Amino acid sequence: MSDAHGVPFVDDAGDTASRAAEAVARRSRGRLLAFLAARSRDIAAAEDALSEAFAAALAHWPAEGVPHNPEAWLLTAARRKLIDAARRQGTQAEAADELLVLAQPGFGDAAPLAIPDERLRLLFACAHPGIAPALRAPLMLQTVLGLDAAAIGQAFRVPPATMGQRLVRGKARIREAGIPFRVPEPHELPDRLDAVLAAVYAAYSEGWCDPGGAQPQRRTLAEEALWLGRLIASLLPAEPEALGLLALMLYLESRRLARRDAAGEFVPLAVQDTQLWDAAQIDEAERALRLAASLGRPGRYQLEAAVQSAHARPRGGGPADWPAVVQLYDALQLLTGSPVVAINRAVALSRTAGAEAGLRALQAVADDPRVTTYQPYWAARADLLAQTGHTGLALAAYQQAIGLEIDPAVRRFLQRRSAALQR
Amino acid sequence: MQYMLMIHGDEAAEAAMPEAAMQALMGAYGAYTDAMMTAGVLVAGERLRPSDTATRVRVVDGKTQVLDGPYAESKEQLGGYFVIEVPDLDQAITWAARCPSSAHGTIELRPIWPM
Repeated sequence: MSDAHGVPFVDDAGDTASRAAEAVARRSRGRLLAFLAARSRDIAAAEDALSEAFAAALAHWPAEGVPHNPEAWLLTAARRKLIDAARRQGTQAEAADELLVLAQPGFGDAAPLAIPDERLRLLFACAHPGIAPALRAPLMLQTVLGLDAAAIGQAFRVPPATMGQRLVRGKARIREAGIPFRVPEPHELPDRLDAVLAAVYAAYSEGWCDPGGAQPQRRTLAEEALWLGRLIASLLPAEPEALGLLALMLYLESRRLARRDAAGEFVPLAVQDTQLWDAAQIDEAERALRLAASLGRPGRYQLEAAVQSAHARPRGGGPADWPAVVQLYDALQLLTGSPVVAINRAVALSRTAGAEAGLRALQAVADDPRVTTYQPYWAARADLLAQTGHTGLALAAYQQAIGLEIDPAVRRFLQRRSAALQR
Repeated sequence: MQYMLMIHGDEAAEAAMPEAAMQALMGAYGAYTDAMMTAGVLVAGERLRPSDTATRVRVVDGKTQVLDGPYAESKEQLGGYFVIEVPDLDQAITWAARCPSSAHGTIELRPIWPM
């Protein structure tokens, strides 16, 4: 980077060129990569070619000026690099195949809008059943959004070098196992789309863990996931679950500011200042959810978004709609059989039918091994036990919840609850 | 697999901690240890006295040399450890993140070399 006192002409041109390259990188990287990868079927090679093309842009644009159509310039440069790389690689039959694919019509057409948007195909390749579920979101974040392995590793609490190796192996697997870059047929779409949405939601949830924004890269992760959610909903406008997930993430995001007080302490939903909720995000969520419902195919994300919609009702001054929440969780439980849903349902039930009823409902999952190291189960159990006067058992459950919590602010909140019970 | 969680923290900051915060930290450690026991992952673990109580020992030319203080002078000192038994690094990382000191110090995770 140049400073303000450099040689003016060269620096201006260099600055303009690098700013232009950065802008294109931000705006079009995922699109260009998807286009290249869908044809070469080799994400890593396409990434290398694209970074070489960006480097060439930084070398050429300051002298020659920023081209009229930067995307097409980059695509042409990247295509040349890909063909060169294929030639260098030797194995002639394979190289010839790749070249044939790369020479297909439409490759590198001049008009920017003529570059088709293949990001959906790339997303479906990343979330293919042949890719380990835990690797799907990292692959999407790297390929479509261009996040580096260190940032992704940070966000998913995996060492950068380990995450880097996993991503390299994942891309090699896509190439070597012949995982296709295509949008699944209608009959297979529901399952396959579910994998894509689950990966996006996993990324969002990781980013959600840090509502105070103390760790910038996690906050960014939530924003990136939201961006992916919007992209998928816009590319598949007739898929209600894509809209449902977008609505769900928007509802959660709308309360981000309200989840912490001025001192950085955790504020539970029930006592949040509704003035701090982001009204525009809630409105966008409501619109997405209504649109999804109008398509007449309910699903997990729509139901979860509907739960959040019921929780958002206090914005209008009314109470949260707990009977609706219980019904929605009933439907979700039929659909997913998830112990997490059962826990949430038990808490909602305690608001309509009393703490005893909630506790009985919670007991149904008590033997599920998945809940024994799941903090919200112990926190819910502790609250309900406290409400029913079982102070000793409640304290023991708080102890488990405190011991399992990762977020220091939530841990302090649980400690305060526990301490209040001992007084 | 077994991992050692080595807890490195700033002793000076810890010593300056208000009494209530220190009690909360100790309480959180109690809960953390309980949760590890309940999950069946805890093999061992202890808190260490501050690094100014450390003694270094080595034998040079057959003579035992004894020195005051910790092996490495640094901003963060080893203050305790846990040994846990978990299936893989990801789960070890999850437990390390739950350690109350991970919010202000650093947890170093090392796989134990099985003998």
